[in-house]
Amino acid sequence: MQQNASPIPPIVSLRDVHKSYGTLTVLDGVSFAVARGEVLAVIGRSGSGKSTALRCIDRFEKVDSGEIVVCGHRVDLPDVDLRALRQDVGIVFQSYNLFPHLTIEQNITLAPCSVKRMAAAQAKELAKKVLAQVGLEEKLHAYPEQLSGGQQQRAAIARSLAMQPKVMLFDEVTSALDPELTGEVLKVIEQLAADGMTMVMVTHEMGFAKGIADRVVFMHRGKVHETGPASILTAPNTPELTQFVGTGRLKS
Amino acid sequence: MGIELDFPAVLQRWPAFVGGAVLTLELAFFATVLGAVFGTLAAVGRGAHSALIAGACKAYVEAIRNTPLLVQIFLVYFGLASVGLKLSAFTVAVAALTINVGAYTAEIMRAGFEAIPRGQIEAAEGLALSRPQIYWHIILLPAVERVYPALTSQFVLLMLASSVCSQISAEELTAVANYIQSDTYRAFETYIIVAVLYIILSLVMRAGFWGLGLFLFPRRRRLGTPL
Amino acid sequence: MGGHLNINHLIFLGHGALWTIGLSLIALVGGGITGFAIALARISPLKSVRIASGAYVQLIQGTPLLVILFLGYFGLAAIGLNVSPLAAAGISLTLYVAAYLGEIWRGCIQSVPKPQWEAAEGLALSKVQRMTKVILPQAVRIATPPTVGFMVQIIKNTSLASVVGFVELMRSGQIVNNSLFEPFAVYAIIAVVYFALCYPLSLLSQKLERRMGRGMTNLTLA
Repeated sequence: MQQNASPIPPIVSLRDVHKSYGTLTVLDGVSFAVARGEVLAVIGRSGSGKSTALRCIDRFEKVDSGEIVVCGHRVDLPDVDLRALRQDVGIVFQSYNLFPHLTIEQNITLAPCSVKRMAAAQAKELAKKVLAQVGLEEKLHAYPEQLSGGQQQRAAIARSLAMQPKVMLFDEVTSALDPELTGEVLKVIEQLAADGMTMVMVTHEMGFAKGIADRVVFMHRGKVHETGPASILTAPNTPELTQFVGTGRLKS
Repeated sequence: MGIELDFPAVLQRWPAFVGGAVLTLELAFFATVLGAVFGTLAAVGRGAHSALIAGACKAYVEAIRNTPLLVQIFLVYFGLASVGLKLSAFTVAVAALTINVGAYTAEIMRAGFEAIPRGQIEAAEGLALSRPQIYWHIILLPAVERVYPALTSQFVLLMLASSVCSQISAEELTAVANYIQSDTYRAFETYIIVAVLYIILSLVMRAGFWGLGLFLFPRRRRLGTPL
Repeated sequence: MGGHLNINHLIFLGHGALWTIGLSLIALVGGGITGFAIALARISPLKSVRIASGAYVQLIQGTPLLVILFLGYFGLAAIGLNVSPLAAAGISLTLYVAAYLGEIWRGCIQSVPKPQWEAAEGLALSKVQRMTKVILPQAVRIATPPTVGFMVQIIKNTSLASVVGFVELMRSGQIVNNSLFEPFAVYAIIAVVYFALCYPLSLLSQKLERRMGRGMTNLTLA
């Protein structure tokens, strides 16, 4: 048995990923990995490339070069099976993107019924279960416009959970919320982490990142500028990260 | 000099008027259903990856919208006859009206498609839905709900436009009016009565569409707000 | 079996096309003047005027143009007023266009931003001055794209004048066909001519609408 090799490969790994929009370089050799059950927080300024890197993981952006492996799928290759990938990866967006013409229950049962061919009755039970997980059981038959921003985001998380993904991606999911509503969403994410979900979070909430992240990736101008355990947020090594967390909200 | 109007003489022909009105509604019904399907397909085709399909759909829409319905009806009528198809005037009328309303429907549906926020399509992709599933659940159904008032107006206009089918001897309401006025020599009264009947038919159609909308769109029925 | 399409036929069709343009202009001018009056009536402070003009619009918009044409031609003849096909078509189309343009223009006048109305009042302008110097110039800008678009409808609708015997493009085609017996080919040519008349106007209307999208932001910033 080799002593240097890790016995379990990471569930998400990016290796030397490059991406440009014309002359603008967005990702300049990005590499990081996430182990099963790990929570990774990706932080950085606007324009540092953090959201782009996250979206590349679920193939919402194509990379110019580099290797991305997610749950055994080679995402960087053009022939990747997108539908199989997206059953393994769940993504929650900043603007929730709930389907406005469907009830919350229908929002949640749509994918399991259409993609996994789940029976309607079974899907409805699943919807009740995931809504209970995020604390919204009573909103089963409501329409998205009847919910507050925080409730909509929690419903969006429930919708992704219903597909039982192996990895969850969160793209600045509290940035569009009023401050008093972010707490309820962060609580749900915290519980998911405690239950062992593998998560990659792009976030501005420094205090939250420090609280639940196992590791942090700080991106700066398209590169991974600094990475390490969550403690680097209180004890940064590089001057850029020092400056960044100095301006961020740090609630310990 | 007095103008003598004799409405009762014309009104006693009411069975013929009713027959014409029924045929007008039948024409409108079939052309609406077929035109809605045809137009939606053309709208989907406008966004196709193949430049040939997208171009063909755009050419179809522009050709119909920039030529009169009367010319289109005659082209369909004589075109079908020249390939040897002997169809009833009703069938030809439905075919021409379908082709006509399909183009206008395609434009309305396309506007509805383009109003769907990109984020919702991304969310659907993130849930591993296939392209046809996304088209149906996330694009088509909400688009129809959003443009439903415009569609309703378009189909009511179609019913009014069906009067032109009198020119290929379809026995709809205007053709009935022409026949009755030549029979009674009471043209003024006849066309006034027919105008009123068309207005009534418009109201009936609008009421029908309103009811259909309540049935099709539960969200609208429950919340009363536009999408 | 009939002759071949020759230059005489084409000249005849050309004449018909000119009459189509002529009738369209008559409808546009007549319907435009009447429609303007209707648009003003629709926003009149007098309730009876608003209702009357509203009823007129509802009536015309709920009736097929063909029926209005028949009413104008056969209907008037039956009560003793003999009109030529041109007059019947002209009057019917004028009434028709007036209703539609009136509605379009009413919408455009009402979509001049409210601050503009209030500013004009605040400057102590008289009612007439408010309309002519402030509201209408802006309404005209808003109204240009849909009016140009509606001109396409007018040209297409003149084809119905053929049914009451007016010799415009459509009727010319029918007459030519009666000597050629090639209906599909003749009407295909007719269609192409209508397309040539209408498509440029459609494109212009779309272009104006796109430019209005930018223009509207300028209006609200002012």
